[in-house]
Amino acid sequence: MNSKTQNKIAIGGLYGIAGLVVLILLALLGYILVSGVPQLSWHFLTAPGKAFLKGGGVGIQLYNSFYLLILAMLISFPIALGAAIYLYEYAKDNWVTTTIRTAIEILSSLPSVVVGLFGFLFFVVKLHLGFSILSGAFALTFFNLPLLTRSIEDSLRTISDVQREGGLALGLSRWETVTRVILPAAVPSILTGVILSAGRVFGEAAALIYTAGQSAPALDFTDWNPFNISSPLNPMRPAETLAVHIWKINSEGIMPDAKAISSGSSAVLVIAILLFNFAARYLGKRLYKRLTSA
Amino acid sequence: MFVNNDVKNAMAMEERHVIKLSDPDHPVILSTEDLHVYYGKKEALFEGDLEFASNQITALIGPSGSGKSTYLRSLNRMNDRIATVTGKIMYRGVDINQPSIDVYEMRRRVGMVFQRPNPFAKSIYDNIAFALRLRGVTGKHKLDEIVETSLKQAALWDQVKDDLNKSALALSGGQAQRLCIARAIAIKPDILLLDEPASALDPVSTGQLEDTLLSLKEHYTIIIVTHNMQQAARISEYTAFFNQGRVLEYDTTSHIFTNPSVQVTSDYVSGNFG
Repeated sequence: MNSKTQNKIAIGGLYGIAGLVVLILLALLGYILVSGVPQLSWHFLTAPGKAFLKGGGVGIQLYNSFYLLILAMLISFPIALGAAIYLYEYAKDNWVTTTIRTAIEILSSLPSVVVGLFGFLFFVVKLHLGFSILSGAFALTFFNLPLLTRSIEDSLRTISDVQREGGLALGLSRWETVTRVILPAAVPSILTGVILSAGRVFGEAAALIYTAGQSAPALDFTDWNPFNISSPLNPMRPAETLAVHIWKINSEGIMPDAKAISSGSSAVLVIAILLFNFAARYLGKRLYKRLTSA
Repeated sequence: MFVNNDVKNAMAMEERHVIKLSDPDHPVILSTEDLHVYYGKKEALFEGDLEFASNQITALIGPSGSGKSTYLRSLNRMNDRIATVTGKIMYRGVDINQPSIDVYEMRRRVGMVFQRPNPFAKSIYDNIAFALRLRGVTGKHKLDEIVETSLKQAALWDQVKDDLNKSALALSGGQAQRLCIARAIAIKPDILLLDEPASALDPVSTGQLEDTLLSLKEHYTIIIVTHNMQQAARISEYTAFFNQGRVLEYDTTSHIFTNPSVQVTSDYVSGNFG
């Protein structure tokens, strides 16, 4: 066999594999959207769920998902940013940083159900936080932190060292160089990383089942006092999210339209995550353009 | 092998020619004494004692790996985290190579421009103004004035005066490099170190850059590392020739290029090696 035929076979094989991946993805997406989108309505997206009757919505679960996401991001982003800045801008390569990096790597490949069970034992039971948004947010922080740290570290890595030298040569301290030169330049790519990880957090179920709980008590959307139990802002209430809802309906749903609700919820979830991804690309590109050209 | 190297080193040691400066119009502003630079265990520079005359241009030339950039980067302690630098760097009577020195303050007196133009991802205006703001220079009027003078001194004002709010990343290589010079001189340093500033530029931009440097020496002491011997000959008053981690010859530029005292220098400037 000469190298030309060999090359052709290789290319053919690679095309085939790539095509197969795309096909599986499209089939999956298509199935979820085709079976789910017809269930969507304003009522479905906003109404509270019903346990035994048909016609319930996912309003509370949808709200819970976003609230939990925002809380988890508020906790994990500053920590991840600090860790990434330390690891990339300050730390020397020695056994300490190698250990930290290995820990991050292991943490990022931890199954999310393990994170969830750890969260249950530690936050829910030991710290007496109960099944609550806060427990869920902490569990999601554990789940999200390693990936976010790595993605921010990668963003910092894309900024060339000559930029750092430029800052230092102007008499800026390392801290000033990082905050005034490097971070602004890295914002587009950090933002992309944050939004993508938000999509992952948004779709996470296993880590939340035993931390944020599987019930969605009715919320009073006119009560914004975070200390009231029915307030949407109360972080101590149990809060079933959309992803957990899907799992629950499918395993023990007894409402007559369980299948329809599950399909609809899946579609909402997938569409939300797709929107996150597109937003990440769009915002990242736009910001980059604004920073690099007139 | 070892014998050979020792012999070579011994010969190189003997054949050195380094002058001391004595020009009352241009007193020595910066000098190094017994400067050694180590990357890890490896010694990259072991013979580099030079004096620099104020408001003059000094060129550092030599083949790749001869230690000239290492030497230059040591002068404002840019090598701090990368290498170990021992010896004295005397700047206006103060040894700036000691731990107690505030390196950030020192680098505002000894500025640097790099090989690759490195404008920040900010507007042209902010590239110059933001470091000033960090040092407490506020007031729009004052900042405007400094930005304008710096850009004029760097011969960039006419080309960018209408685009000050545009991103600096849109500038051409030559313009970007002159912006970096403007940025460096905006904080009013005494000394400007340039590390092959023209090596990424086309001949026209290089010519403009050289004109800029010649006009700048009225206000600044300039030390420039260059691979381009014509460039060294065109713009500098003094030239130091580096080879294998040591300064082999230091004298006026005309001496180095017309009548070098050391054979290796002669070989290098006439293009026989390097």
